[in-house]
Amino acid sequence: MNAAKQACTRFHPDSAPDYIPPAQLANLQLSRLQTIVARAYRHVSLFHDRMVERGITPESITSLAAIAELPFTTKADLRDTYPFGLFASPMEEIVRLHASSGTTGKPIVVAYTQQDLDVWTSVMVRSFAACGLHQGDVVQNAYGYGLFTGGLGAHYGAEALGATVIPISGGNTERQLMVMKDFGVTAICCTPSYFLHMIERAVEMDIDIRDLPLRVGVFGAEPWTASMRKRIETLTGIRAIDIYGLSEIIGPGVAIECAEQDGLHIFEDHFYPEIIDPETGAVLPDGAEGELVLTTLSKFAMPMIRYRTRDITALLPGACPCGRSLRRMRRISRRSDDMLIIRGVNVFPSQVETALLEVEGTLPHYQIVLNRAHGLDQMEVLVEVTPETFSDKIGALEELSAKIEDALEQVLGLRVPVRLVEPHTIQRSEGKAKRVIDRRLPA
Amino acid sequence: MKIQQLSLFSENKPGHLIAPCRLLAREGIDMQALSLADSQRYGILRIIVSDWERAKNLLEAGGFVVKVTEVVAIEVPDHPGGLSAVLDLFEGSNTNIEYMYAFPIMRGGQAVLIFRFDHPDDAIDTLRRGGISVLDRAALDSR
Repeated sequence: MNAAKQACTRFHPDSAPDYIPPAQLANLQLSRLQTIVARAYRHVSLFHDRMVERGITPESITSLAAIAELPFTTKADLRDTYPFGLFASPMEEIVRLHASSGTTGKPIVVAYTQQDLDVWTSVMVRSFAACGLHQGDVVQNAYGYGLFTGGLGAHYGAEALGATVIPISGGNTERQLMVMKDFGVTAICCTPSYFLHMIERAVEMDIDIRDLPLRVGVFGAEPWTASMRKRIETLTGIRAIDIYGLSEIIGPGVAIECAEQDGLHIFEDHFYPEIIDPETGAVLPDGAEGELVLTTLSKFAMPMIRYRTRDITALLPGACPCGRSLRRMRRISRRSDDMLIIRGVNVFPSQVETALLEVEGTLPHYQIVLNRAHGLDQMEVLVEVTPETFSDKIGALEELSAKIEDALEQVLGLRVPVRLVEPHTIQRSEGKAKRVIDRRLPA
Repeated sequence: MKIQQLSLFSENKPGHLIAPCRLLAREGIDMQALSLADSQRYGILRIIVSDWERAKNLLEAGGFVVKVTEVVAIEVPDHPGGLSAVLDLFEGSNTNIEYMYAFPIMRGGQAVLIFRFDHPDDAIDTLRRGGISVLDRAALDSR
């Protein structure tokens, strides 16, 4: 590789907006916001009616701060207008539809014009470039291809970057590992829980991922913890990068970690972030924790105004040593709708994960089972026994469950029983992990 | 002199014990001894088989978590006081018996006991000095 080419792979030209001076960014954001609000007002009846109700017009948006006057949009709005009610473009201008699997009822449908797809590809190129990928990398894309945005989003981004893409999609873990080994894969895209599953299978297949050329994992589509990252990095020697996105906004590529791995840079030239108090809806300052709200600044087919993501995070104050001027958000380890209320105590599955990882040698294959008995919520944590934790002595196993129960009590403030179960009895995720089984009757 | 014992984790649920037994039966592996330790929720199946490495590989391939522990097999006369004579040897010593169980089949008036010691090598010395017959693999297989 000659020097010129090397230089060109270090700094991808598409990454230029990552370094835009803040004042210039604010100007760009305001002009884009005005355009998108006008477009939503004119073409989407839900946005039009809500703005009329509040007595505001697109002309009311004279500054970025005025965004706080606009109404929020929620997932329920997408369901209520199923399938095409929030589209701002006629079908002849729409070139792609995606849909997310709703856990209840109908899915939500999202649309893209060609220009929207180009924006999406560009933010994915910038995402991959930010985490150190370039032309010459071999990318195994194990996100599911299909209606889910993860597969195609990562695919076109990696191709546009100039990397070699293996469109393997999700599932068939043995084949994934064979391909990883035989094709000289240097980067993988999938959910973090699926990658943990791959690590486990690799051990069983006598493959040591540390011996392979794999060096970067781009993990997203579900919240994961810092300790889970540490575990992945220790076991495989790769760098585990957190990517963030959601179909309602564009898909993957809304934000990504740079090499500093200290917060995710939001592509603010396309997605305007706010942090709000989830109870009152009030906008919070940088540094405060709250719910992330996003506005698409350049989406044509389906503009989203102040979309409530349900993800809990904070915008990190201060500049990133990588030089990007884009603001960073703290990595998301929980969602406001993941929260379980057990006998009045708030419990997040990520807290259970933290406790499990603290207890030495416990792999995070776990499941939270909720029941209601005698009018009280009962929570139980199932933990699979591993070759490392198993002992031939009952006392040692009882000590292990007691240790986990103690660690759980530390983080939850609640004593919950732990049940050790046989290996491979907890359902493995090939997509998003099913961490909670709620058998409580609806109140 | 030490004998390899395989331990398996098993949930206390109907039918959970039969799966490993069936697997070994299908492969023609004879269980020479077994013991089951259980708590309310789960149990540990401990077995002695002649070809322990093959059995371990088969069980692991079958999805079981298997642990190999070194235990000591001894022969004691089957009459009152046979066991207590052995236990007397360890009184006041630094060796602890973690658990023990008996072989189901006796021959020639001798019973075979399996001991899990915290320090099996020290235990074997103590037993030999006390005149107890410690069995090796070949001696177990010939029974």
